[in-house]
Amino acid sequence: MKNSVNRDLPDDLMNKLNYEGFKTTDIGQPTVQRVAPKVRVTTGDDKVVDSIETVVKKTVRDGMTISFHHHFRNGDFVFNKVMRIIIDAGIKNLTLAPSSLTGVMNDIVIEAIKKGTITNITSSGMRGSLGDFVSHGGLKNPVIFRSHGNRARAIEHGDIKIDVAFLGVPNADKLGNANGMEGDAVFGSLGYALMDAQYANNVVLLTDNIMPYPNTPASIKQTQVDYVVKVDKVGDPDKIGSGATRFTKDPKELKIASMVNDVIVNSPYFKDGFSFQTGSGGAALAVTRYLRQAMIDNQIKASFALGGITKPTTDLLEEGLVRRVMDVQDFDKGAAESMHHNPNQQEIDASWYADPDNKGAMVDQLDVVILSALEIDTGFNVNVMTGSDGVIRGAVGGHQDAATAKLTIISAPLVRGRIATVVPKVTTNVTPGDSVDVLVTEYGIAINPKRQDLVKAFAHLPGVPVYSIEELQQMAEAKVGKPKPLEFTDRTVALVEYRDGTIIDAIHEVKD
Amino acid sequence: MEIKQTAVAGTLESSDIQIMLSKGNHGIEIDLESDVKKQFGDQIISVITTTLKKFGIENAKVKAVDKGALDCVIKARTIAVAQRALKTTDQPAWEVL
Repeated sequence: MKNSVNRDLPDDLMNKLNYEGFKTTDIGQPTVQRVAPKVRVTTGDDKVVDSIETVVKKTVRDGMTISFHHHFRNGDFVFNKVMRIIIDAGIKNLTLAPSSLTGVMNDIVIEAIKKGTITNITSSGMRGSLGDFVSHGGLKNPVIFRSHGNRARAIEHGDIKIDVAFLGVPNADKLGNANGMEGDAVFGSLGYALMDAQYANNVVLLTDNIMPYPNTPASIKQTQVDYVVKVDKVGDPDKIGSGATRFTKDPKELKIASMVNDVIVNSPYFKDGFSFQTGSGGAALAVTRYLRQAMIDNQIKASFALGGITKPTTDLLEEGLVRRVMDVQDFDKGAAESMHHNPNQQEIDASWYADPDNKGAMVDQLDVVILSALEIDTGFNVNVMTGSDGVIRGAVGGHQDAATAKLTIISAPLVRGRIATVVPKVTTNVTPGDSVDVLVTEYGIAINPKRQDLVKAFAHLPGVPVYSIEELQQMAEAKVGKPKPLEFTDRTVALVEYRDGTIIDAIHEVKD
Repeated sequence: MEIKQTAVAGTLESSDIQIMLSKGNHGIEIDLESDVKKQFGDQIISVITTTLKKFGIENAKVKAVDKGALDCVIKARTIAVAQRALKTTDQPAWEVL
């Protein structure tokens, strides 16, 4: 079958897993039923457990769904410690449902798949050796990729039913009151983990820092937690996020950033009380710097900044240029620290951030977002999941969710080395072109023809040449040449959900 | 033309290609390493082969490590390595350009 963005989907899997193809970015106004977790009743005096072995023995059985968060990113020690014990205990047929998978988890996930410990995975993304392993058919069942907002939706709907959540935290008391802000391995917002804490049947906290009871502020609450395990170290603070965020000196990135800024400032949304999400990465950080100056020059203040937060954004909060920071995760130490000290930096969970099936999510109120792309095609569809060789090496992240903003800007170089970024057809469609408004490259911009209002607004901007997306695609091809099409087998190794739970694309096993 | 010495041209920086050229007896044998081999491997090999043939080189071993170079770069590095291997760098082969 084909979905509305013309992607071929595997009928057998779609039927077996009871999936529908993607139809529209419009969520509508359905009434949905949420689920609730089981509660093991206790007064709380029996929660502290002396070892991970004991808690695994108490909670994990064959066939269960287990989860982790990825707030420690590449400084994560918890994932490997817990998975080691689960593998060695001989447990089989688990579904792994973390908020995402970082490189430091790759080796043990591959081992767990080979030994039959893990037979299903749902994640925001995967990279490196694990992406390679899956793309070469290493996992029998297809991986299900979900955006951060969609993971929240799937948990609330019961599509992901977490039996045991193993959540590493830099501090917790004996009953499980915990936050991400104090201790050795701090990461700031616990945004993604808050879903697991609220909906998992068993919530296990792992910490290297037991605080006197009661521990506040409590992002995760004692009413949600079953067990607290003391471990040596939950993470390596140096690998959680970059220390000080440096601004890019790359002239290409700076040019893109300044053009992104021109687009924002000349859009109808740039007025007092506007809101934005910029994310991390060289160009995005530089945009924040340009935007700051434009806000000062025009005496404009933002109502909120959203998403993954970096120091340049919290600096705007300090300066009073942004009224609130709505923080689902922090990308650097500065942003994590700022959350501790500035009450206007509000921790939000993944549902509040981006769940489409909600009584209003932050992304629904978002004016401007800047997103990246591995590929964007002439239909403005974006791929952030598979590399130029067809191998999985990315993550949906908040891409689909934030793209619902009123002005969605994709910032990307026209070519990267010999690989064109603007292509006739994306390898994997992750974010449909319907939700994308403007592409900014170092050569100029392309505006989605569905946005004639923006075509008018940006028609005569000095220093911002406007092309059709087809022209940009041909410009890229003239530089790098026409690539030979990638070869895939018929086997589906992953399905990419849209944020509403329909299937937007299938990823196939690479042939080589 | 006969290769007189083993020669190297190019670097391992991104968007460059490093080519090593040495004597061979079985036509032009190219060992290519490239992140974009799947999409552009045939094209890279064709540019190197065509350029070498313009120098009259029929037998050579080529080791090429590509870092996403464009065709113009591949051609330039091939010309440089060919002239070094032929010991003709004092007489740039303008007609090949």
